[in-house]
Amino acid sequence: MSFMKLSVSTAAILAASTFAASARDQIQISGSSTVLPYATIVAEAFGENTDFATPVVEGGGSGAGRKKLCEGVGENTIDIANSSSRIKQSDIDLCKTNGVNEIMEVRIGYDGIVFASDIAGPDFALTPADLYGALAANVAKDGAIAANTAKSWKDVNAALPDQALQLFIPGTKHGTREVFDTKVIEEGCKATGAYDLFLAASTGADDDAKKKDAVAKCNELRTDGVSVDIDGDYTETLARLDANKTAVGVFGLSFYENNTDKLKVATIDGIVPSVETIAKGEYPVSRPLYFYVKKAHIGVIPGLKEYIQFFVSDEMAGPDGVLAGYGLVPDPELAATQAAVEAETPMAPLQ
Amino acid sequence: MSGSLFTQDPRTKARNAAERRFRAYGLGAIVIALLALVWLLISIFSAGLPAFRQTFLTFPVMLDAAQLDKSGTRDPAQLSKITTITYSKILGQSLEAAIAAKGIDLGGAKPKQVADLISQESAATLRNAVLADPKLIGTTMDFSALASGRIDGYYKGRVTMESAALDKNTSPEQLALADKLKEAGMLSVRFNWGFLTMPDASDKRPEAAGLGIAILGSFMIMAVVLVLSLPIGVAASIYLEEFAPKNWVTDLIEVNIANLAAVPSIVYGILGLAIFINFAGLPQSAPIVGGLVLTLMTLPRIIIPTRAALKAVPPSIRDAALGVGASRLQTVFHHVLPLAMPGILTGMIIGLAQALGETAPLLLIGMVAFVRDFPGGLFDPASALPVQVYNWTQRGDPGFVERASGAIIVLLIFLIIMNTAAILLRRKFERRW
Repeated sequence: MSFMKLSVSTAAILAASTFAASARDQIQISGSSTVLPYATIVAEAFGENTDFATPVVEGGGSGAGRKKLCEGVGENTIDIANSSSRIKQSDIDLCKTNGVNEIMEVRIGYDGIVFASDIAGPDFALTPADLYGALAANVAKDGAIAANTAKSWKDVNAALPDQALQLFIPGTKHGTREVFDTKVIEEGCKATGAYDLFLAASTGADDDAKKKDAVAKCNELRTDGVSVDIDGDYTETLARLDANKTAVGVFGLSFYENNTDKLKVATIDGIVPSVETIAKGEYPVSRPLYFYVKKAHIGVIPGLKEYIQFFVSDEMAGPDGVLAGYGLVPDPELAATQAAVEAETPMAPLQ
Repeated sequence: MSGSLFTQDPRTKARNAAERRFRAYGLGAIVIALLALVWLLISIFSAGLPAFRQTFLTFPVMLDAAQLDKSGTRDPAQLSKITTITYSKILGQSLEAAIAAKGIDLGGAKPKQVADLISQESAATLRNAVLADPKLIGTTMDFSALASGRIDGYYKGRVTMESAALDKNTSPEQLALADKLKEAGMLSVRFNWGFLTMPDASDKRPEAAGLGIAILGSFMIMAVVLVLSLPIGVAASIYLEEFAPKNWVTDLIEVNIANLAAVPSIVYGILGLAIFINFAGLPQSAPIVGGLVLTLMTLPRIIIPTRAALKAVPPSIRDAALGVGASRLQTVFHHVLPLAMPGILTGMIIGLAQALGETAPLLLIGMVAFVRDFPGGLFDPASALPVQVYNWTQRGDPGFVERASGAIIVLLIFLIIMNTAAILLRRKFERRW
């Protein structure tokens, strides 16, 4: 393969001749597609209002972003990883092995997860128990575990409309799915009493193993086509809803807020999801959004600290900030975050 | 017994029927292919053509010195502290004043709704204009601002009065006011050069998103691919075809080239990430890396047609050249290569066209990114046309749907131009023996 060698060596020569000259002057960010729109809005405003270059923001998913952050220290590694779930011990360990010792954790706000259906359809007033009854593979029936055979929302809860069951939920690679599992399915599992039945039937060695087993049982969803995993973005879920008008889909709050002319949102426990109800903690299905900064790059990559300060400033992430206008739920403890950013406090070990 | 020539026996009938059936199948296949193409083009063009037109608001902007330069010194350092938030306020106030001056009834629209008619991008445009020329402060200038995405959608049929009533980002009063402004000549829909020249924009301002960086990035990548793969590909082909001994090593190379041409392009992306970024330390999202990766992908696809073009030159040409005393090098460069050139160029252009439309390898080297500053060179972050399409289809605001389809149209136009050039070159220079 002479041509391969040739081109690789050409590349190497090119790289060698220019490597010394290429000092990076823009921040590079990668990670969660949920945080991506917020990050691009901030990056855009940052580039406009300062003398620094506009940061380059990439999507790709929370896990992939954290992994990239932990690849090492240096100009050809990224500076910030956006993440819609908290960093894991395995990421921190990977970072340590690659020499990334200090990471700053910045919580930017909260994201609501909403259930929405076609605008012309009936209203849905859901509870986690209803969603568990609709989606779980096994449900509690007359004090015993039975396979879920519900065909219509009416079968799940007589107060719900008589409409065929069809749900589009985030696929397992999404950070959103984790929240969906813990805050909706497991809550519903406990509320319907299925959790206790699973726990009683469990053959685990000790209490912890039994609990784990019961939670795993709770998270088993139907495989008969009622629950469909969407691995793509919310745009895909919206397109699927458009094709199947009787279905219910799971969206991020900001996506719903930008498509209120097409979607009708369901209440959970009687609470309408909005920036206000999530900020007050009334709406149950929400999660914090973060980004992680490689501290070694502060002072090396121009504008990095200024970008973080700009992101958590009241003008951006505050209650009346630009991001709240796009659907980000402001963090009530933003002042503490601002102070931590100012002091460049690295994150404490995970509990 | 043989029957009359005028009456068909059953066997002939069956044979003729088989032929008719085959023709019908063939015609059917072509009709299905054409219908699919027409359907694709109609759906892309109907969704994408609106991206080439854009709604603008034109009104006088009063650049209030009290808000923009409190110190009154016109000191650039002080001026740059005033953010786009102040400039959007000024734009909103000016628009409101202009509406009042024309005697247009607001029809229940609140000041915030009036200000929201204007794209946030315009505040940045105005700020840059003022920073470039601080003398503007204190004057009133005529300013052409982008209208916000929902208002633009209203004139493209994407937003209606009914949908606006349900939409959190606009309201029927706003749309009614926009109609009045249009009557008064303050709002107009015209050709959108910005779509081809402006950089990408965030989810808050789909109206400002353009292909400028993507087109520039694609050109840079194509330049790298051309500069590297033409000499390497042609040299490799000439050596293999004209000079290399025929033994098991060259056979192996030949098999490898044929296989490499069929390797899925994502594999080259993984290779590029490992070699160029992780090993050679080249920057992420840079057109140089995109160009190198696509060069690897394009090389086998160029070598194969180049060798075919060299093979098509009849041996008599070589024999004649060698016969009058030319060396093998002279034979190749004076006679064989010029005759094979049209075929080589055609292969080259088609290879480049393929590389232009390639997305998968670019995903892995960080080119699917939000890039807003124009690249100053091959090592600066840039985007590329196909990844811009991919990027826009994932955005939440409905305004990006037309942008994505518009970008597909631009990409298709580039591909059609390249393929037409390949066909024209072949027609004009091709020689048959």
